[in-house]
Amino acid sequence: MADKELELYIHIPFCIRKCNYCDFLSFSCDEEGIEKYVSTLVEEIRCKARDYKDDVITSVFIGGGTPSILSDDQIERIMNVVKNNYNLSDCCEITIESNPGTLTEEKLLAYKKSGINRLSIGLQSADDDELKLLGRIHDYQTFVDNYNLARKLGFDTINVDLISAIPGGSIEKFKESLLKVVELNPEHISVYSLIIEEGTPFYINYGEGGPLEDTLISEDDDREIYHLTKTLLAEAGYNQYEISNYSKAGRKCQHNIGYWIRKNYVGFGLGASSLYDNMRYKNTSDMKEYLRIKAEDVPCGYMIRKEVENLDIKDIIGEYMYLGLRMNRGVDLKKMSEQVGQDVYNIYRTWIDKCASDGLIINKDHIICLTDKGQDLANYVMAGFV
Amino acid sequence: MKDNIRNFCIIAHIDHGKSTLADRIIEKTGLLTQREMQEQILDNMDLERERGITIKAQTVRTVYKANDGKEYIFNLIDTPGHVDFNYEVSRALVACDGAILVVDAAQGIEAQTLANVYMAIDHDLEVFPVVNKIDLPSAQPEKVVEEIEDVIGIEAVGCPLISAKNGIGIEDVLESVVTRIPAPTGDENAPLKALIFDSVYDPYKGVIVFIRVRDGKVRKGTKIKMMATGAIFDTVEVGYFGAGQFIPCDELEAGEVGYITASIKNVQDTRVGDTVTDNDNPCAEALPGYKKVLSMVYCGLYPADGAHYSDLRDALEKLQLNDASLFYEAETSVALGFGFRCGFLGLLHLEVIQERLEREYNLDLVTTAPGVIYKVYKTDGSMIELTNPSNLPDPSEIDHMEEPIVKAEIIVTKEYIGSIMELCQERRGKYISIDYIEANRAILKYELPLNEIIYDFFDALKSRSKGYASFDYEMKCYETSKLVKLDILINHEEIDALSFIVHSDSAYERGRRMCEKLKDEIPRHLFEIPIQAAVGGKIIARETIKALRKDVLAKCYGGDITRKKKLLEKQKEGKKRMRQFGNVEIPQNAFMSVLKLDDDK
Repeated sequence: MADKELELYIHIPFCIRKCNYCDFLSFSCDEEGIEKYVSTLVEEIRCKARDYKDDVITSVFIGGGTPSILSDDQIERIMNVVKNNYNLSDCCEITIESNPGTLTEEKLLAYKKSGINRLSIGLQSADDDELKLLGRIHDYQTFVDNYNLARKLGFDTINVDLISAIPGGSIEKFKESLLKVVELNPEHISVYSLIIEEGTPFYINYGEGGPLEDTLISEDDDREIYHLTKTLLAEAGYNQYEISNYSKAGRKCQHNIGYWIRKNYVGFGLGASSLYDNMRYKNTSDMKEYLRIKAEDVPCGYMIRKEVENLDIKDIIGEYMYLGLRMNRGVDLKKMSEQVGQDVYNIYRTWIDKCASDGLIINKDHIICLTDKGQDLANYVMAGFV
Repeated sequence: MKDNIRNFCIIAHIDHGKSTLADRIIEKTGLLTQREMQEQILDNMDLERERGITIKAQTVRTVYKANDGKEYIFNLIDTPGHVDFNYEVSRALVACDGAILVVDAAQGIEAQTLANVYMAIDHDLEVFPVVNKIDLPSAQPEKVVEEIEDVIGIEAVGCPLISAKNGIGIEDVLESVVTRIPAPTGDENAPLKALIFDSVYDPYKGVIVFIRVRDGKVRKGTKIKMMATGAIFDTVEVGYFGAGQFIPCDELEAGEVGYITASIKNVQDTRVGDTVTDNDNPCAEALPGYKKVLSMVYCGLYPADGAHYSDLRDALEKLQLNDASLFYEAETSVALGFGFRCGFLGLLHLEVIQERLEREYNLDLVTTAPGVIYKVYKTDGSMIELTNPSNLPDPSEIDHMEEPIVKAEIIVTKEYIGSIMELCQERRGKYISIDYIEANRAILKYELPLNEIIYDFFDALKSRSKGYASFDYEMKCYETSKLVKLDILINHEEIDALSFIVHSDSAYERGRRMCEKLKDEIPRHLFEIPIQAAVGGKIIARETIKALRKDVLAKCYGGDITRKKKLLEKQKEGKKRMRQFGNVEIPQNAFMSVLKLDDDK
């Protein structure tokens, strides 16, 4: 039997402090709590390994939160348990997410030593006032120092995260941030348009009816920024390959692409999601429950599986469509029809034709992909495939 | 036998506590244990419980052992208090021999207290008052007793002073029922003569007919005849009303209240108000029955999904059986397809029916703007009664139009008289009189166009009087008025279901607010959508819904696809609740919400 490809995601839910816009599973924690978590995580990774002994790991992604909050020793322990228990492919992409202000030379060296070959840095903005507004713990200079240090220590694949549509901002201000980043010449840039999520401090101020709602960037400006980003980055040699991601040739994030083409992936750690043989599930988001894996020696952590969902053929086809459409290369209907054994074009013919006539998708040689306008209205298009 | 029966109802202004008193009576007569009591036993429709009001008249039979040592059978009929449901009250009254009038010790007599008590007296019922909520800090029972005697003119001194909520004085009420309400009359040996005062549809038993037996008796096997429809059935079961259940018995005879089932499948065969008699030994003539109720408010009801048209028809048919005041007839709309034009007693009645259709029959509905019946006099001398604005003839064919006017009585405390008069003026009211019923409260009389009060008059009244005004109205006449049809165009297409008739002076204002409201209700599309209001082809207001520019989720966290999927599913679900008009999708509730134009004023 041919070896199956598999991606690993490892979640580190800790941050020095939570950013004002963030609604993801992360929080601050003392060292003792972090250590307890890491040792449980290592245990989880180890005990689940036997389920995946026939799989080849094509990518590992340590995400957060702020994984760079962990000590060099903790990262090495996590990486060791991965390397010692899973079959990593020769060209396995191993990414760690980091935030400026938490990176040190020791940690970066530990990353290198343990095989991490891709560094992602959350900059978000090159403007110190905006960084303050977002509730970030760092300024721009700290980021530049961290970045240069990583380069010096030999990291040759670096991603920088930016946020667009920061309240009170402007097209010009964003352009400045973007160009500053381009100047540093990273291999990969992600740009996310800010979403005001319920339950965040931002929501109170900028949410519906909030006192500062009118300082939000207008939808029109937001879209102008989006298209400007695409153009500017293309000129600088970065090509968009997904709704929010741009890279230099051959430097796409393989792990991320895996999500959109429905590769199998297994998540470790609090609240981590998995997709394996058309079953989706999540680890528990309750820390106490999670830590019991170790305390009670629960085998392989099945007890912490939540929201288990077995996808049927209709779900699968829908996912292929709306996830695949996030990628610029689009979805190959012919190939997909062969994969799922159904004529996919026929199922969605009306919707595909409507979107095509509305100028939202291009349908060429069995391959459909979003147009520029389609990217602006991606959810509208995708909802038709659910 | 008849001497120990008491058929009575409780009448009151809304919220004065009649349902609570009914609960207490059921409790005290020992039919149920405390444990079995749910709050407000008689209100068994979900809707009633949620809104805390009684919509359908309900009946229950209990047994009471009085101080004289004898046992009495109480047939208690609960009645709704809202003005919209006067018809239900009237039906309930016909089945009774007397009524308990409940008056709130703090609020005193209100508009519907008067309306209901006059209706009871019209039906020759013996009425005795009960002053409720005497334990409220603001209660003034003596003052209220005086008010009842002065304003209504019935004896109130020595009447029961009670708190239904806390069970104070209930014994006193029960004894008064025995002593003050007469036993039913009628001859059990005469041919059967029974009045249908209500009915419900049961999927197993067919139509269950609620009757008050005037003469004769009915038992299992009796061949009965409905005198108006001529339909004949074999009685399958007779019985009386337990609390929330039907309890079969051997026979019902003159003076009794109960039900009959006779495998009646066709809802049309039993009409509320009809007389039931024995086919083999019929009575000479039918009971007077009821006045046919006139619908006051009309609107179009359409299935959200055209395929459910026949489901909607069946549901309306069954509801009508239960609610004879509901009127409906088939109609077609360009925008909405096949549906029904329905007539209601008022806007609350409309909302209740709409909700019952949605909940009890699982239907998804689109409701069009409610309107009243206009009389349109054409230049050729003919007249049409207009219930659907889209049927308005071409203006060149119209000589003049008339609209219904009601006589309204509003009881209000002194400090709010000014603001309520202002409200009535705004609604084109004609002042008639003001009379003080006591130093601090007055009855205001106005003539108001019905179409000015059907939408939100109650709400406006409540908010402008801080809840201290009460209101009742009755039809008076038709009067000539300057009326125009306001059309709404969405993306340059006229949406017939959104047209309505309005007084020409308020056309601009309403048109403008309609457009604003629709702008909020209709989601942005891929293209710009103009919304226009027009009178006689002339645009009088316009709003524009800008094209949708952005609808994209930038970030997907750590492979959490489920979250994204939920979002897309929600979006798709939202689309389903839309109605397609040309290129434009309009949410179903937009048709109703445009009426509540006063919301954000």
